[in-house]
Amino acid sequence: MENNSKVSALLARFAPQMTRTTRLEKVLVTICGGTVLWGVYALYIQATKGHSVTGMRDNVVWGVYIVNFIFFIGISYAGALISGILYLLRVEWRKPIIRIAEIITVISTILGPLYILLCIGRLDRLHHLLLFGRIQSPITWDVIAITTYLIGSMIFLFLATVPDFAILRDSRNPMFGKWRRRFYRFFAIGYKDKENQRRFLRQGITIISIIIIPLAVLVHSVLSWIFGMTLRPGWHSTIFAPYFVVAAVFSGTGVLIIAMWAFRKFYHLEEYLQEKHFRYLGILLMVLGGLYGYFTFSEYLTGWYGSEKWELHLIYKLFDRKEFGSMFVYAAFIGVLVPILIVAIPKTRTINGITIASVIVITAMWVKRYIIIIPTLETPLLPMQESRMEYVSYSITWVEWALTFSGIAAFFLFFYFSSKFVPIIPVSELAESNAEDNNPES
Amino acid sequence: MKSSEKNSKSNRREFLRSGVALGTTVLAGSIGAGACSAPGAKASGEKVKVMTTDGKLAEIDPAHLHHLTHNRVSPEEARKGDPNREYVMVIDLAKCRNARKCVEECQRMHFLPPEDEWIKVYLMKDSEDTASYWFPKPCFHCNSPSCVNVCPVGATYKRLDGLVLIDNERCIGCKFCMAACPYSSRVFQWKEPVTNPEEDVAFSPETSVPHQMGTVGKCDFCPDMARMGKLPICVTACPNGVLYYGDKHEDAVTNGVETLRFSELIYQRAGYRYMEELGTNPSVYYLPPVNRLFHPETGFKNLSDEVKKRYEVARTKINKELNR
Repeated sequence: MENNSKVSALLARFAPQMTRTTRLEKVLVTICGGTVLWGVYALYIQATKGHSVTGMRDNVVWGVYIVNFIFFIGISYAGALISGILYLLRVEWRKPIIRIAEIITVISTILGPLYILLCIGRLDRLHHLLLFGRIQSPITWDVIAITTYLIGSMIFLFLATVPDFAILRDSRNPMFGKWRRRFYRFFAIGYKDKENQRRFLRQGITIISIIIIPLAVLVHSVLSWIFGMTLRPGWHSTIFAPYFVVAAVFSGTGVLIIAMWAFRKFYHLEEYLQEKHFRYLGILLMVLGGLYGYFTFSEYLTGWYGSEKWELHLIYKLFDRKEFGSMFVYAAFIGVLVPILIVAIPKTRTINGITIASVIVITAMWVKRYIIIIPTLETPLLPMQESRMEYVSYSITWVEWALTFSGIAAFFLFFYFSSKFVPIIPVSELAESNAEDNNPES
Repeated sequence: MKSSEKNSKSNRREFLRSGVALGTTVLAGSIGAGACSAPGAKASGEKVKVMTTDGKLAEIDPAHLHHLTHNRVSPEEARKGDPNREYVMVIDLAKCRNARKCVEECQRMHFLPPEDEWIKVYLMKDSEDTASYWFPKPCFHCNSPSCVNVCPVGATYKRLDGLVLIDNERCIGCKFCMAACPYSSRVFQWKEPVTNPEEDVAFSPETSVPHQMGTVGKCDFCPDMARMGKLPICVTACPNGVLYYGDKHEDAVTNGVETLRFSELIYQRAGYRYMEELGTNPSVYYLPPVNRLFHPETGFKNLSDEVKKRYEVARTKINKELNR
């Protein structure tokens, strides 16, 4: 095949990254590993001493764990969007970034639900969900939707990686050890790049990419309905499902851009992850920012203008500088307007500029989830007449911080180790695409 | 401190066991102990340590222990309830002066620590020019209960007799019911329960004890008392006859002193349900505070410092919010 020389050239390019460990990598892995261990210790404390070590109490029954849960499920949209929609639209420039996007999806869909488990008082009774499960409960919807989504995303990632596993299996690279070859042989499932194999694989990927889009929409809708189905100010809103979906795609795109920036920098992938990829995704980020801003405006304007008693209580808390004011400004104004401006102004529309915009987006989206959950729980319909201050207002304890940071560290670690097993840029796809694809102005 | 606590706990348990052996009144295989004197009992000279509901240790003679009996039924029966009844509560706001006996007795009966209140008394003021009033609030045992809808495992359920109960053996502690309940009626066991003299006895949703860490608790309308033909403890505890309990099918409610026709009482006193607009259909009815027996300020008297402070903070907060 004429692709052969191209493949071996690409492999020679990626094999060193997959087998060698630089000092910087060692340092980062140690830091992340340490953070994860800190989280494990916090988990031990929480498991032995009970949930009283967290900031959660009878009014604010869910805290930062639920915030992290929504956040991680949100960023999982990177994969659904890029691999699903762009695959179906046959967008050529997606090729170098699909694997990064799909890995983000799988890792965050694994990590997200772990945070739900941290909110559950009796983990020893988790099997009750199967024994006594009730389909009427939005939690059951969530369990079904997320499991299906996770399995779908894993199949998608796997199918799209099979040709690469085959290439790695067939490569005579001396840097690959024995166990590594065995690993590749197993996961290549006998793929030999024959005409019919290729057709089957393509069909499989197309079917999954069609399925994954409604599934992704459903996952975040169901997630929003956990809140939307309750009779609480700020939650009981009909736009919650699409609002959550848009916020999720927004933050997913942001995380994708940051991941691209990091791999480009540390693995020196400048020739594959080009400025155009950042620019295209940046414009997408801008459009999504506009959409998210529109939803935010519509949601709060309706609540404020109608000024029902409870809605107004909540909105005053969000506007109050002593309560959630600064968080609200960051999530609703800075997190939307600044990224849009950065991408809109040609001078700042650079790789670094767009990455900074993405950092603002994802931090703002985390804060946004915080001000969705906490202020509403602090505004029950009956007044809180409490002498215990920790029951009136929520504050994050060190246990919760530890588990939050260890989730982020685990995300990095998972990502790092995946990049050691498969090339972070899909070799087979790049080998197939013709020369014009590498032309920056295609 | 910790070891002495443990010690007193095991003492208490030992006492309970020996109590059973001695043939102390055991009803339907259940036993519970509360620290209050039983009239006419002979002193034995021995002392046992007990923990009072406000968390203090006290040494008293075992003969002076009064046994609270919790009537237990089979788990199936506790899930079903009596099909011939529909329990309702009527709360007369005109008579409440925040005596807090309902709260205290409920805590004693259910071995709740002082900070956990299954029935709460709120200080309410609806708008700037309306009068303030005291508002006792148990669980509303709604006929369209949000908490039951959202429970993923059916641990909280609606019975044929209208009660909403919790099976703490099944509860996974996801707290979704707490988020869903618009009336903040539910309380979570954040820690290992400290005052739990009945921990050797099997749990029943009708008694709501023993408590279990990591699960949800709430007012249960004392269905075990109803089985014995008694009123819920809050109803009998109230010195002013504020709370009435009864059966809608019988069309009768009683506060222990007077028994009234439910429909007539609601008609004549313009009874209403709190936040009808939520569509939860509560089983608790309120009678508006018309021709009241007490000035709302009376409710600030004879309170412990902690509780008093709580209501004073609430009063300033109400005024601030109404003036915004």
